[in-house]
Amino acid sequence: MIPEALAGKRVAVTGATGFLGTALVERLLRSVPDCEVVLLVRPGRRASAADRTRREIFRNDCFDRLRSELGDSFDAEIERRVRVVGGDVSVDGLGLDDEDRRLFTSADVVIHSAAAVSFDSPLDTAVEVNLLGPMRVGDVLREAGSSAHMIAVSTAYVAGARRGDAPERLLPDTPFATDVGWRGEVDAARRARADTDAESRRPDALDGFRKQARRELGAAGSPLLAEKTERLRSDWVRDRLVELGRARAQVLGWPDSYAYTKSLGERALLETRGDVALTIVRPSIIESAMSEPTPGWIRGFRMAEPVIISYGRGLLAEFPGLPEGIVDVIPVDLVVAAIIAVAARGADEAGPSVYQVASGSRNPLRYRRLVDLVRQWFRDHPIYDSQGQPIDVPEWSFPGRGRVQGQLQRLSKALGLVERAVTQLPVRGRQAELSARVEERKATVDRAMGYVELYGAYAETEAVFRVDRLLALWATLDSEDQQAFTFDPGVIDWTSYVQDVHLPSVVTHARVRTTPGRRTGPSRRERGRKAVLSPDRHLAVFDLENTLIASNVVESFAWLATRRMSSDERARFTLRTLREAPGLLKLDRQDRGDFLRHFYRRYEDAPADRLRADAWELFNNLLLTKSFPAGIRRVREHRALGHRTLLITGALDFVIAPLRPLFDDVVCARMGERDGRFTGELIESPPTGEARALIMAEYAEAEGLELSESVAYADSASDLPMLEAAGYPVAVNPEAKLAAIARRRGWHTEDWSRAAGARRPLLPMGPLLSGSGDDSRPYRPSIVTRTVRSGS
Amino acid sequence: MPRPGFVLDVDRSTPPTLFWHGEGFRLERLPTGSRVIYPPEPLDALNDPDEAIRRALLEPLDSEPLPALLKPGMKLTIAFDDVSLPLPPMRQPDNRQRVIEAVLDMAAAAGVDDVQLIAALALHRRMTESELRHALGDRIYDAFEPHGLLTQHDAEDPAGMLHLGTTDEGEDVEINKRAAESDLLVYVNINLVAMDGGHKSVATGLASYKSLRHHHNVRTMQHSRSFMDQHRSELHSSNWRMGRHLKAAGVKIFQIETTLNTNTFPDQFAFLQKREWEWKARDRASFLAVSKSLGRTPPRLARRIFHSINAPHEMTSVQAGEVEAVHARTTENVYRQQLVEVSGQTDILTMGLPYICPYNVNSVMNPILVMCTGLGYFFNLYRNNPLVRPGGVLILSHPTPWEFDPVFHPSYIDFFEQVLAETTDPLEIEAKYEESFATDPWYIHLYRTGHAYHGVHPFYMWYWGAHALDHLGGVIIVGGDPAAVRRLGFKPASTMRDALEMATDVVGRDPSITHLHCPPLLMADVSV
Repeated sequence: MIPEALAGKRVAVTGATGFLGTALVERLLRSVPDCEVVLLVRPGRRASAADRTRREIFRNDCFDRLRSELGDSFDAEIERRVRVVGGDVSVDGLGLDDEDRRLFTSADVVIHSAAAVSFDSPLDTAVEVNLLGPMRVGDVLREAGSSAHMIAVSTAYVAGARRGDAPERLLPDTPFATDVGWRGEVDAARRARADTDAESRRPDALDGFRKQARRELGAAGSPLLAEKTERLRSDWVRDRLVELGRARAQVLGWPDSYAYTKSLGERALLETRGDVALTIVRPSIIESAMSEPTPGWIRGFRMAEPVIISYGRGLLAEFPGLPEGIVDVIPVDLVVAAIIAVAARGADEAGPSVYQVASGSRNPLRYRRLVDLVRQWFRDHPIYDSQGQPIDVPEWSFPGRGRVQGQLQRLSKALGLVERAVTQLPVRGRQAELSARVEERKATVDRAMGYVELYGAYAETEAVFRVDRLLALWATLDSEDQQAFTFDPGVIDWTSYVQDVHLPSVVTHARVRTTPGRRTGPSRRERGRKAVLSPDRHLAVFDLENTLIASNVVESFAWLATRRMSSDERARFTLRTLREAPGLLKLDRQDRGDFLRHFYRRYEDAPADRLRADAWELFNNLLLTKSFPAGIRRVREHRALGHRTLLITGALDFVIAPLRPLFDDVVCARMGERDGRFTGELIESPPTGEARALIMAEYAEAEGLELSESVAYADSASDLPMLEAAGYPVAVNPEAKLAAIARRRGWHTEDWSRAAGARRPLLPMGPLLSGSGDDSRPYRPSIVTRTVRSGS
Repeated sequence: MPRPGFVLDVDRSTPPTLFWHGEGFRLERLPTGSRVIYPPEPLDALNDPDEAIRRALLEPLDSEPLPALLKPGMKLTIAFDDVSLPLPPMRQPDNRQRVIEAVLDMAAAAGVDDVQLIAALALHRRMTESELRHALGDRIYDAFEPHGLLTQHDAEDPAGMLHLGTTDEGEDVEINKRAAESDLLVYVNINLVAMDGGHKSVATGLASYKSLRHHHNVRTMQHSRSFMDQHRSELHSSNWRMGRHLKAAGVKIFQIETTLNTNTFPDQFAFLQKREWEWKARDRASFLAVSKSLGRTPPRLARRIFHSINAPHEMTSVQAGEVEAVHARTTENVYRQQLVEVSGQTDILTMGLPYICPYNVNSVMNPILVMCTGLGYFFNLYRNNPLVRPGGVLILSHPTPWEFDPVFHPSYIDFFEQVLAETTDPLEIEAKYEESFATDPWYIHLYRTGHAYHGVHPFYMWYWGAHALDHLGGVIIVGGDPAAVRRLGFKPASTMRDALEMATDVVGRDPSITHLHCPPLLMADVSV
């Protein structure tokens, strides 16, 4: 009887936050009522091990069943039976303090299920966790002289990409043995990390990252650029190490770095375990639960799921594989039951032994059958597109991997070119969204390519994992245990498992549309609008140019400068300005602040009072005609809701004076004045780029408002600091770069346009004055003059 | 001798009828048996308008001559109608310039020092410099404006308004303070339609929102049948009560009213004021030339061309003195020019709306103004009985673009996008939304400092059509932007034939059809 065998025992588990680990802990607590559980959990960056345990393990829906069975006593039960120690399998000694180590090594059974399961982990991470992790656990047990039975969870794919039977034997005793020294691999992986990192810090490499960051963000200000550059660098290092891992694994005959490091990990553990009692359990591809704790329970989006969903959505038309090949899938509850049975049985007296938990030899699922089941199911239960139309799934032609990869690569390349071309275009709003869509499409294709690359091998595996020892163990169980702890792969009914258990669960987890008809609730845009106009918000910050008004400082200057010019002078002015335009544009793209400083020099010596007066006319004659009525309405909606409204603009104070009443507060550029004339120099630096984020933060602080409850409206990537500072960023008529960013981050977007009936002067100039431009008019009728003179 | 108005019965030999269609025209063949109402031909102008003005000032009605009212040291204010009159703007010299120059001459002769000019905007937009120069002439503008003596009425200036109590019916009377406190207020009007002038000049033109809301509301407009007919207009009555209250409160008004003939369009558009069957080769040629070239002109440019038209209007009368006596004479003169006798109502009334109405001079006629022009102004161009029977259908022809001028009509945009999206019922609109628009600080800011109509103005436009909305069984707009037309609560049709077909759903088969051939303006005297 398994529960009795484990009664009073202390079972330590690593990797409890993972898919298998969570299921294991749940099963132990629910079905082995008298054992104690010790969890080794890595403390997070902010959360302690205990916090993580509570949040990431016990709040998972895996425990719903136990929670409902225990009712109010659930927490007490956890409290009574579960102990948590903080530790990390990627650190020598597991990072345990003395007390925790004593507790951990006092366990009767240690189940090591912690692993970097991602098939595209960077080489060094995979090595530290998968290769060295088991050894470190063994080391701790050995050094403490523990008598614990260590159960190391490995993978059936340590057999590598080889054909034929893969028996349940220790690796050195199998035909798959490799004589590659694991210590050499560890050194090489660590060196690769150091070398790659060093390479990424070379000036030319850094320059490349900075250029790329600038290309993506535009003139967003140095702190943001720096942050992005560093992110690009570390991503690059990571990608290189992923690549290195895959390459190394494939050279040595494994499909990926996961199987490769797991395989070497087994050998390292065997070599260093001393006399620690050891059993190795090798599951194949673990998928959703068949029945325990509930049919279809799954944690995280795993290997097959994204592929399945991509197929269901019609995005992935082809996935390579051999129609007669075996896809070795095993439900998670079978693996859990097998591990618990092994734990109950105890270690083999003869020395380390191996159990494989796989379906391939006992109850094979052929690739063609799987594809048929999936296809049939999606035909009956289609996913619906945004229009509420069912998506038809494509016919599968079982192409070779090379062909699929070639197709995808060509598509990705073409989309990349389109994407680049589109981002270069000076488009805004709806058009810019097109480029965001191209980008999204490319990401989808790239992802599909990733799946093919990563998982292709698993659909082409021709190894057959034997489960003779597992079945022998199964035969020793009494019928009650067989009922409660089913792990015979022969019991799986594939049709029912795939169609009734797995696919419904995957589709639910993917949150795709499974009902027909048009969306009934509010659209994404409406929800976004509702969020920014919620009474809970309390600050709304606006950019001016192209966010509320389709005009700029150059136009304002041109209008003011030509206000009192004759038509000849205006023509000369226009020519001169046109000549300067390209230079100005370039400067503006490089640094907004420098541009403003440079440009505002033109106001030097301008009569201040006259410009102040003319600015009101400028507002009505030009700015208002170029305004976005919906934007101006939005400002007022915020005010009506009681939000503070703040305008941050690089425009000059006297130019935007007529707009002041629209906002509670205005931060703008201010120009010096001497003897009634402007100096052409700004009193303080203009609010551009990252300064805007700072201004927002200071303003919020001073007014006792929270940035997380604030809304920011802006139109270009150079306003990113301001948008990022706000809890609710809104991209208004975004140019391509910002549109892409907004789409990626799910930011609300608004398309505001000028009033269609506005007057549109060809040039930013006011009507010619009929008088001399001076306040003294030449002609006055005598009688009228007399009346006025005496009256004034 | 100009011919009077005329009702044509369409038969098989009748040429197609000209319909105004915004900045363009349509020629429509109306079904046999339809009627077309043509305006009377322009009356003869005064031979010497300046002399007529002088005589009117010296021999006023029920008043001492103007010079006798002018004393040294007195405070004199001259208020004048704003840019909404006349339509289209008339060729210079404008009536206002002629009259005000004459008044100023007499004031100067009498040694009056303290003279101010006020554009009587009510809640309309402030006029631009060029519009003021056009109405007053450069001489007056240059003499007054630079010294701050030419101002525009600001109904939202708390320091500039004076509350003078309430009428017997509890209506607030609040007008421009300078005008109210002057020893003499001279009001210079251009009386284009029968609704203009009289006590409305001051009681509306120089009033505040607080005062205006007593008659600019749904109830009043639904009880003004029509608001062009003084004896049946609640709007008129309310203004008259306020005017008499002003008089009792001691505000001394010297009213000067002028009327114009219907000589509305310059020579190249002469065909617009002729009857189609009388078109000469030259008319046909110019119609063809105009409509062909309009077809190739971008709408924006076409609009500019039309708005640059100055009407060759001529003065047909001028009368001065006591408000009510003056206005009685003025109304006679308006009727003399515009009245057309029509017998019997019609099931379907068609009209072509032009590019201009009182509120979009120099800008676009937005959908709300389309509604106001059709259901407010043109529908109300009747005396005794509406042209269309109760439950009848009104068919308008106008492009009705979803376009607004953000400088002149900012609150219209929000009214259209927010209020009309919710409801088109005038009473509900009035109850739910009027106050928030009327007191909105941003609209007030734009009204006071820019050239924006007051926040409440689009509501008035909607109320203007309240009587018609009440009376009609349906409204169809031919050739309009369907989305904008539906937002107004009307039905869009692409051709007149479709529209007539659609109308039969409401009025039944074989309906009677009448077309109002306007502008030039006319007023139908409908007997049943």
